Amino acid sequence: MSGAHYGLRDWLAQRFSAVIMLVYTLFMVGYSATQQALNYDTWHALFSHAWMRYFTLLFALSLYLHAWVGVRDILMDYVRATWIRLPLQVAAIVALLLYTMWIVTILWSVK
Amino acid sequence: MRFSIYRYHPESGAKPVMQDYVLDIAPQGKMLLDAILALQESDPTLAVRRSCREGVCGSDAMNINGRNGLACVTPLADLKQPITLRPLPGLPVIRDLIVDLTQFYQQYRSIEPYLVNHDPEPEIERLQSPAERAELDGLYECILCACCSTACPSFWWNPDKFVGPAGLLQAYRFIADSRDQATNARLDDLEDPYRLFRCHSIMNCVAVCPKDLNPTEAIGKIKALLVNRTV
Repeated sequence: MSGAHYGLRDWLAQRFSAVIMLVYTLFMVGYSATQQALNYDTWHALFSHAWMRYFTLLFALSLYLHAWVGVRDILMDYVRATWIRLPLQVAAIVALLLYTMWIVTILWSVK
Repeated sequence: MRFSIYRYHPESGAKPVMQDYVLDIAPQGKMLLDAILALQESDPTLAVRRSCREGVCGSDAMNINGRNGLACVTPLADLKQPITLRPLPGLPVIRDLIVDLTQFYQQYRSIEPYLVNHDPEPEIERLQSPAERAELDGLYECILCACCSTACPSFWWNPDKFVGPAGLLQAYRFIADSRDQATNARLDDLEDPYRLFRCHSIMNCVAVCPKDLNPTEAIGKIKALLVNRTV
């Protein structure tokens, strides 16, 4: 009757990635509000910590996972033809993988 | 009162048109269906389905001023003029206000809407406690009028793959039934990305249900059961 059994997994992943993004957002808002001045030096000091890089990477991965489920949902709803939907889904995955490499490069380029 | 009604006769080859009607009727105490039947007397070509005329059979579901509902329980006096009547959205039109509900019924059939119980049949009946019976309240009252499923964009886009709110409400009706033994198979059937998870909880179904039922809540309970047995 039913096909692939990953509906629940993706739905849960979207919810938990949302929680991680919320925690990160609250942290950033709190950090920005408690700093005397927000300039290159304060951001540089924050992102020099290894934990901040991993925390940001976790946020970015959550964002990409969340975006993947959301974009796939939109494609499943609005793009009926499999031969168009499949390349679009692959394009979304490739883009998100490139973003992942890009954010790693950016985060670990802070000297 | 002024009406604007969708007219379509597929066999004629003509495109659908909105036809204006004027009816001399006192709206107090009357329902929309009374007006439609009066219109039908002057124009017998106007096609509409109705049966019980009191909100029990669900035959006269239609789109009334942009909102799905049953003509027989919609007070005429509450409607803004011109009263615009269209067939339920998203389904093939057979004629005028009559739609082809085949896809809707196929989804209903797909959730196996009957008790599955492999125990030997008891001499009298399968008993439930009052609490077990109370679990079915808000579920069994569905009359399958299709107002909810045809108000759901996810059902419009994927009527062949997404069960739709009416079918899912009934799926939960049998999952929640203490006498049913097929809960795991029923949950397996709904675990894929389409059948249940096309629901994005926009709650159009809850807004239009003429029986004030809540398919979104039932869908949420199915999701909770899926989470419980998986993690």
